[in-house]
Parts: sequence; structure tokens; C-alpha cells
Amino acid sequence: MKKYMLDMKVTANVSLQPNYTLLKLTSEETLPAMLPGQFVEVRVDGSPTTFLRRPISINFVDKAANELWLLIQLIGDGTKKMAQCAVGDLVNVMLPLGNSFTIPTTDAAQTKLLLVGGGVGTAPMLYLGACLKAAGFAPIFLLGARSASDLLQLEDFKQYGEVYMTTEDGSAGEKGYVTNHSILNEVDFSQIYTCGPKPMMMAVAKHASSKNIACEVSLENTMACGIGACLCCVEKTSEGHVCVCTDGPVFNIEKLTWQN
Amino acid sequence: MAKLNVNIGGLEFKNPVTTASGTFGYGLEFADFMDLSKIGGIFVKGTTIMHREGNLYPRMAETSAGMLNAVGLQNKGADYFAETIYPKIKDIDTNMMVNVSGSTLENYIECAEKIAALENIPAIELNISCPNVKQGGMAFGVTPQGAAEVVRAVRKIYPKTLIVKLSPNVTDITEIAKAVEGEGADAVSLINTMLGMAVDAEKRKPILSTITGGLSGPCVKPVALRMVWQTYNAVKIPIIGLGGISNWKDAVEFMLAGATAIQIGTYNFVDPAISEKTVVGINDYLDRHGFESVTDIIGALEV
Repeated sequence: MKKYMLDMKVTANVSLQPNYTLLKLTSEETLPAMLPGQFVEVRVDGSPTTFLRRPISINFVDKAANELWLLIQLIGDGTKKMAQCAVGDLVNVMLPLGNSFTIPTTDAAQTKLLLVGGGVGTAPMLYLGACLKAAGFAPIFLLGARSASDLLQLEDFKQYGEVYMTTEDGSAGEKGYVTNHSILNEVDFSQIYTCGPKPMMMAVAKHASSKNIACEVSLENTMACGIGACLCCVEKTSEGHVCVCTDGPVFNIEKLTWQN
Repeated sequence: MAKLNVNIGGLEFKNPVTTASGTFGYGLEFADFMDLSKIGGIFVKGTTIMHREGNLYPRMAETSAGMLNAVGLQNKGADYFAETIYPKIKDIDTNMMVNVSGSTLENYIECAEKIAALENIPAIELNISCPNVKQGGMAFGVTPQGAAEVVRAVRKIYPKTLIVKLSPNVTDITEIAKAVEGEGADAVSLINTMLGMAVDAEKRKPILSTITGGLSGPCVKPVALRMVWQTYNAVKIPIIGLGGISNWKDAVEFMLAGATAIQIGTYNFVDPAISEKTVVGINDYLDRHGFESVTDIIGALEV
């Protein structure tokens, strides 16, 4: 896919929780096609301690509004600076980067898809869910967080499928971790997609393996270039070290060496 | 429009702007963002005779004005380069040059011979300065004797333009530059990364898997500029300057300090089109100051 570097205009900056912001960006040109699971690299101007771009997964693409949504967790100086953008500001973005989640080619009625997101890892699940629904599937979301206030964009998720939740403090959904949720044993899933903290994804992958369910995970290794040039973001796979930014960020768990 | 072409060891460059090895992949990665034919040359990723998996993740730590890396020369080896990558890049309309690394004299020679056989690779950059590989090139690059030994061996079998990339992790870089000049190197490029380190205070652990790594980016620019200036006053062969160059102004500064050409490295990650923009900026500078040729500013620092 051809990549672009665009100066995009901020159309909305919505603070979802003290630590999360939703940036909506538009461009004068029609946005290029973007696939679920892909990411963008955002240049951060005006933060003296931030040198590199920030890789951010695509949260949603609103084709009608020509908008790209980025859900940003405020972790360091770079992301905090991004959250200070005002409507009308220009943000330089490289996109679309990386590979994508696989949309099944099987009969939609027979295919049960589970999308598991934890923390800010729920971000790519929204666009994936939207794309799956558009392709005729009925995705089921399982979202995990520390507590109810950390569960983001629930109304958006509900537009594309059933939503189940877990919280560590039990303030919403079932208490515990996503891998403890009852839905995992109630439905025979044909495919699981997951993005979130690595321990969570490893637990999800382990569950999927034990039940012989195909599983794709989205990794977020520390990255510099985002386009396969610097070789900093590598993940060990059955084919050796590969770049998460170009061979990923989405990997079939069979390719990873997590079990070893 | 000033004349922008420069000559290094008999090799003509359409302009002095090139991209540094390890920061520009094989060039193709950047083709969507810029016109590769607009720059003077591309130094592709460090190549060794055998496939190398590189160091374990994590390999990168950001700093305020740059980054540390500990990639460790991950590459698929010289044969893979010749058979799989070379056909895809050989017709890119700029000087495509290969950074050659090794850990023994024999594998430097073997790798250089393989690359020499590729018609459209007019030059190699001998990497005797990678800080991220055990028994790596840097062992050769930190003493004048070691540097001379590897250049002497490669010079015997490599007939095209031979550039030697120098390490800043030495007491006196000019001694190394003089040693490689004495063995017939056509040019030197400097500086490679500076040995550094990053610590995660919360976890009380090093950030890089190798603990130490190579520092690059705007934070190293003053050191690089100083070393280019010192080397310019010590050798007669051309210098390719690099270290933190992030715009045309930095490039001009390196040329005034004595560089015949420059490499843009880490900043390619921030702006993948920066090298093409730098060519335009240098030309504007030359026009503004009434220089007819970019060669007029090489070493033109008034001291």
C-alpha cells in the first residue's frame, strides 16, 4: 500500500478520561484506504524531550467525514503534548503503516469472531469491528480495564457488535481479567483478535492455542522509523527477528515464539 | 541554480546529500515519501558476509534530541543482498553504496569482494566503527594499527571507491583518519554513533538489551562537527560528514567545517523526506550567498 505523509487538521480533541484523549484528524485530500490493525506515525512538535514520532494505532476511519480517529493514552511527554492539540492545529502524520488483521473469507453466519482489547489496546478493535460488520460478520467485543471509568468508547463499540466487559475491581462487567470471562467458554469462537498489554495478549493467545482457535495479536514494540528501515522494533518469530512495523504489528500467534 | 555536484575518490555525486547506513534501509522504504533520484547517494544497511540476527529486543531508547540503538548489524548476508535486494535497487538513479561490516579480516575481504562484483554499486563504506557488535568492527576502528590493517586488506581486492566509516569512540580520530588515508582509502565518513547508555529508573534496569548502545541524532552534532573539522585539518582525502544533521543548515555547517559530502541519518525517522529537502536548502543557500558551486564552501570556514 502506498504510504503518505500528510499535514492533517485537528477537527476534535475529546478528553475521554484524565489519561486518554481522542484526536480526530482530517485532510484536504480524501484519506487513503486504511486497514484495521494498521497504525500511523505522528510527529510531535514543541516537546523538547520528544525526538521521534509516536506510533499510534488507527482507532477508526470515518469515511463520510473524511476523518481519522486516534485514541491516545497519555503516557509520556510526547503523548501529553499531542493531547494539547487545539481544533484547527496541523499535525504531521505518516500513514497507513504496517499490516492488518485478517478479515475471514468463511461464511459469516458460521464464523464467530471475538475481539479482545485491554486498556488502550481497545483502540484498533473499534475499527476492526466496524470493518468486520461491514463485511457481514457479527463481531463480539470483550473489553478489559482496571475499572469502569477506564472502559472507553463503549457506545461506539455497541454500534458494531455485542460488548462484554471485565474490570479488575468489578465496577463494570465481570470482575477479573478478560481471560476469566465466561463468554470464552460459552461460545465456540473461530477466530480471536487481541490487542493490549503483553501479559494479557499472552494469556489470550494461550487460551486460543489450548482450544485450537486461530488468533491474531497486535504488538507495540518500541519503534523509531515505522517503515522497516531502522530494525529497532523487532520481534522474535519462527522466521527470526522481523520488524513489528512492517511484518506486523499484527501477527498470527503461530508465528511468535511466546510459547518457548 | 548553483552547481551541486561533488567528486569523492573518482566517483561523481550529483549533489553532496546522501543518507546514512542503517537509517535508510535499502532506499525503497522511503520511495513513497520522496524522489530518491534527487539525492546524491544512498548508503544501504550494513551488510556482512553471513546472515546476522542482530541483538535482542529492546534495541532502541529515545533521548531528548536523538536516540540510542543496539541493532547489532541485523542483515541477511552478502549473498542475499546480491541475489534478492540488489536487483530491486540497482536502477535507482543515484549512487547506491553498501556499508560493509565484518568481525575478521577474512570476512571483511570476502564481503567486499562480493559487493565489488555488483556493477551498479560504485562504492563501499567500510564499517570499522559499529559499537553494537561483540568482536565487531569497532575493534578495528579504535586503533590506527587496526584500522590500517583492515583497510590495507580490503584495498588490495576492492578497485572501486573505498570509503571508511570512523568511530568517534577514540582519543584522537585524526590518527585513525591518517592511518586509513595511508592505506589508500578514497575517503572517510564520520562519525558513527557514540557509545551511550539508557536506564529505566522505575524498573532499575538498563533499557537496551545490550546495556550500552550507539547514540545518534541532533545531540551528537557538535561533537561530529568538531571531529570533521579536526580531520579536515589532518588528511587530504575527502570527508563525508555525518552526525545529527537534520536540515540544510546543519549540512552547510558540516561542509564549511570541511566535509565534501554529508549523510543524513537518524533524522530520516522524523522526516522521511528530509534528504530531498536538504538538497533544495543547500542550493538556496548557495544562491543567496552568490556561490557558483557547492565545492566553494568545502572547508570555507573563516577562522
